[in-house]
Amino acid sequence: MPFTTALPATTGVRWTLVFRQAVLEATAAFALALLLLGPIVGLVLDGYEVKNELQRPLLIAAIIAIGRFLVALAMHTPAGQAMLERFNARRRQPGVLVVSIPESNRQRWWLLVIIALALSLPFLASKYWLTVLIQAMIYVLLGLGLNIVVGLAGLLDLGYVAFYAVGAYGLALGAQYLDLGFWSALPLAAMLAALFGCILGFPVLRMHGDYLAIVTLGFGEIIRLVLNNWLEFTGGPNGVAAPAPQLFGLEFTRTAKEGGVPFHEYFQIAYDPTHRFIFIYLALFLIVCLMVVVVTRLRNMPVGRAWEALREDEIACRALGINHVLVKLSAFMMGATVGGIAGVFFATYQGFINPTSFNFFESALIVAIVVLGGLGSTTGVIVAAVVLTILPELLRAFADYRVFTFGVLMVLMMIWRPRGLIRPRRRAFEVKGLCP
Amino acid sequence: MDWHILAQQLVNGLTLGSIYGLIAIGYTMVYGIVGMINFAHGDVYMISAYVTAICLAVLFSFGIDSLPFALLVTLAVTMLITAAYGWTIERVAYRPLRGAPRLAPLISAIGMSLVLQNGVQLSQGAKTQGVPSLIPATLRFGEGNDFVQITLVQLMIIVVSLTSMAALTWLIQRTSLGRQCRATQQDRRMAAILGINTDRIISTVFVIGAAMAAIAGVLVTLNYGSFDFYIGFVTGIKAFTAAVLGGIGSLPGAMLGGLILGLSEALFSGMVNTDYKDVFAFSLLVLVLIFRPTGLLGKPEVEKV
Repeated sequence: MPFTTALPATTGVRWTLVFRQAVLEATAAFALALLLLGPIVGLVLDGYEVKNELQRPLLIAAIIAIGRFLVALAMHTPAGQAMLERFNARRRQPGVLVVSIPESNRQRWWLLVIIALALSLPFLASKYWLTVLIQAMIYVLLGLGLNIVVGLAGLLDLGYVAFYAVGAYGLALGAQYLDLGFWSALPLAAMLAALFGCILGFPVLRMHGDYLAIVTLGFGEIIRLVLNNWLEFTGGPNGVAAPAPQLFGLEFTRTAKEGGVPFHEYFQIAYDPTHRFIFIYLALFLIVCLMVVVVTRLRNMPVGRAWEALREDEIACRALGINHVLVKLSAFMMGATVGGIAGVFFATYQGFINPTSFNFFESALIVAIVVLGGLGSTTGVIVAAVVLTILPELLRAFADYRVFTFGVLMVLMMIWRPRGLIRPRRRAFEVKGLCP
Repeated sequence: MDWHILAQQLVNGLTLGSIYGLIAIGYTMVYGIVGMINFAHGDVYMISAYVTAICLAVLFSFGIDSLPFALLVTLAVTMLITAAYGWTIERVAYRPLRGAPRLAPLISAIGMSLVLQNGVQLSQGAKTQGVPSLIPATLRFGEGNDFVQITLVQLMIIVVSLTSMAALTWLIQRTSLGRQCRATQQDRRMAAILGINTDRIISTVFVIGAAMAAIAGVLVTLNYGSFDFYIGFVTGIKAFTAAVLGGIGSLPGAMLGGLILGLSEALFSGMVNTDYKDVFAFSLLVLVLIFRPTGLLGKPEVEKV
């Protein structure tokens, strides 16, 4: 074959064989891709007939085949071999890296810059971007909450959206039936969500990891279906209105309800609907900061260490006398509380909620945020949440491919780095003289 | 309650249950052999519904009007393509994860499920698709308004699923492949030492599961006539419920669990409330997992170091 002479023959790899193998693999990949994609992608159902779009699967199959060919060739070059080696070595690493981190203030400067930026953003952004920012913040909060459950405690919760729904409906229904305002509903809804977490968690936490995932998934669906079908109480698919927040009794509306004072009249400024969003954003930001601090502290506390220990080896933990049900339950309830708070903010920002906002896809999205953020890393979760909410807004043209990309990324992430992008580092203490 | 309504619900439940049983086989075999919940299995079933409709449409556009021939070809093609999906999913998303942390395959499976759902939605559109009603014949028992009716398709569903269950049981109990499957399920490392290509056996199990889901997909599509890219989710969870109910890892358990779930769901929606039938099925799942996680026919699982 003429191609083989161009490649260096001195590396000790028999390129004729490698080349033939690569061609075979590429052909197989092409045939398989055509078989899989041919009918689904190539023949589009239109009523009881099909439209012929066979050029699409042909194109995709060709791309796959070329990719497979190149990968098969690259795997035999020294660089490819080294990469394979690194890839395999990384997967054998343990979950938590224990290093001694020298105390330094370098990070604090970055923190200050980020906080200043985050605080000034809402005043610069347009109303549209403000809503995007609020959404991003809500997802950051949800990600942080689920990160406690999935990332730290290692309990895969596929029905996290249930607590989000409990928080949101707590505000909306509390306002409707009990005449609660935003600030009184916030702690109550959070507690309600925690109670739900406890009720669900107590019986299920004894069970095996993936059973837990399915039970929480079932629970999330039950909550959504009940919200959807209980017309008299929740309004069913028609949804309910949620009240806007208040600042010390000042309302963010053009004209206040009886007895209330609107925000803009009190401060003698012109009415601007973005005030409400700026206020929601700032309150959310405060809570997110609080959460970050709480989670960071918790991780160094006994309960946080117990979470991570349980994730790594449950049997060893139980042998060492850790009450695994209580430890898991604490993680579950913490996560549920945060989900409830996020739900309250979601409801007040939307002003109106219905059960379609709380379907399984939402749960999967939050799981994707935690997974892509690196299962356990606070920074990673925040970055992932912001990127996954803002990127789709920037790439509106590819909005349809959003879910597809999430799915592909989740699979790749699990293959490439099953323990997350950023490996959690844990502070350790060195005693001079004891360790050589 | 009149006897004919009860009997009608029993017939409907039996049909539904056979379908759940067929899909549950995929869950139960995979769980038995690799110990993971193949979350994308429901979507494999969804794919088979699409392939069925596409295949029927293509056959009719070629002017083939012999219905039995068209159905047989559709069944064969759907099983082939769906099995290829099962094989590919295992190869791409699960095999690289052997020995990874225990949540990794499940998360990967969720990703795969999103990919399949969204991929179908992107290429076929989000609207509900359908096939024409091909076999309208029904059998009626009773007179006047008090009658029980079984459509020919329902009868077909029950017969075909029982036949394929029997064939699968024979395959697992009597053939060399089945012996290898059972050996791999009992102890994968020992089976590998004894010369069984366990990777290939695991692939085979995925292929069998997908093929069974394909049979279910063809039958359901013929029965209900309409489907969309989202059907795999709810049906998948219910089939998983059936697998857990019967005892995960056990083949007869999957069929038994499917029948129990189908019957109780049909009775619930007939006697209590149709709106809450999914809530009923999911609650059943939660209750079974809490109180009897080993199911009816399953063996208790002991966690060892």
